[in-house]
Amino acid sequence: MAYPTEYRYTKEHEWIAADGRIGITDYAQSTLGDIVFVELPAVGAELKAGESFGTVESVKAVSDLFSPVNGKVLEVNEALNSAPESVNADANATWMIKAEFDASQLESLLTAEAYEKFISEETGH
Amino acid sequence: MSDSGSVLRKTALNATHRALKAKMVDFGGWDMPVEYSGLIAEHMAVRTGVGVFDVSHMGDIQLRGPGSLDAVQKLLMNDASKLQVGQAHYSAMLTPEGTFVDDVVLHKLSDNDYLIVINAGTREKDVQWVRKTIGMMPSVHINDFSDMYTQLAIQGPKAIDVLRKLTDVDLDAIKNYWFTWGKVCGLYNVLVARTGYTGEDGFEIYVPSDEATSARVWSEVLEAGKEFGILPCGLGARNTLRLESAMALYGHEISDAINVFEAGLGRYCKLEKEADFLGKQALLAVQTAGGPKRKLVGLETIDRGIARDGYPVFTLDGKEIGVVTSGSPSPFLKKNIAMAYVPVELSAVDTELAVQVRSTMVKSKVVPLPFYKKPKKTT
Repeated sequence: MAYPTEYRYTKEHEWIAADGRIGITDYAQSTLGDIVFVELPAVGAELKAGESFGTVESVKAVSDLFSPVNGKVLEVNEALNSAPESVNADANATWMIKAEFDASQLESLLTAEAYEKFISEETGH
Repeated sequence: MSDSGSVLRKTALNATHRALKAKMVDFGGWDMPVEYSGLIAEHMAVRTGVGVFDVSHMGDIQLRGPGSLDAVQKLLMNDASKLQVGQAHYSAMLTPEGTFVDDVVLHKLSDNDYLIVINAGTREKDVQWVRKTIGMMPSVHINDFSDMYTQLAIQGPKAIDVLRKLTDVDLDAIKNYWFTWGKVCGLYNVLVARTGYTGEDGFEIYVPSDEATSARVWSEVLEAGKEFGILPCGLGARNTLRLESAMALYGHEISDAINVFEAGLGRYCKLEKEADFLGKQALLAVQTAGGPKRKLVGLETIDRGIARDGYPVFTLDGKEIGVVTSGSPSPFLKKNIAMAYVPVELSAVDTELAVQVRSTMVKSKVVPLPFYKKPKKTT
């Protein structure tokens, strides 16, 4: 399953889980190609919905990471410093930060079904 | 990004690339594969084994007739009188200011017949430039052959083993930057050149551009290369390969705002040749004035961070001094490398500089170019 139904999604291609884990979608990792660097914020940094909290770089491109919610960074996935390619291997399981946030915000985000529809329209497939 | 409204051009292998599920991008108005299985895997295949690229989007201009040598000598900066039939060399078309219209590879097909291979993104501009520059010479015919050939680049240390299975041409007899004609995949008179833009040994072949022939040759190359681990390679790997080898790319290291000496390509520019080629006077003046003020250097980042095209370069005490022209993680060297223009007095190897990577200053140092040089054959 490329887009787990228990996650919510943004049009900027992030996913967020109810426990606050945030990552990028399988579509995002495949578009970027070989990921070589993930730049993450400090624990405690403030998150604003729709604003950049870090960057992910593949060999050929840089892409901003946009927060799906307002909140605060609880934890960052330090393992990505040494193994950024795990995002390519399994984007759904590879979270980047864990956020503290008000869960009611999840309602306004895309469901897996809506996200899949969105990318199929975006790519014209 | 694509110009809205313009139709993307396709090579004869477009459907083949799509069938291989390549990621396609708009490259200078061409719908081209950027990668198939993954940029790093493709890059490594070329460095250690073999890869094949569709480079049919590149242009080919033929100059033919008794005045063709004079025309080439006026148009290009290298000295074509030194070429033998069957030999090619790197050269460039320059503006009167000594900056680049485009860089090219010139092939001497016969005494009165030259083939200039030009970049895809600059094709129309180049063809017009050639016509304008030498259009008044009745003894030269200018033919735009760009759409007549599918051009495949088979690159890597195993390229020769792959091509050997498909041709009766004596490939070992072709020296680097030489070419010949022969039978390839059952097709007669195929141009086989020991050229490429990856920094590896390899060949470029020119076959008729009809779809069926192109697709057949492409799949025969992949089949022949199977035992050597051949991968179809896209523009992504082509870019990282040429960057590791410090080969210039139009619109990055070279443009109509950068002169030959700044780009470090003076060795291909023969100011001593008799012909008064375009750009010669301006370059002589640069030489007389003591050489260029800025220079293309190699950078390696010391701190974490990837310097990319367009990022500004600073001294360690914060003075902006230049700009990155190309930058990327190097898949083979496993370092973050870049080329950048900096003032000559800050261009010495080991000079420490900083590249502004978004909001961070990333400490870097000047390293020798090229970053990568293919190992010398021991046999």
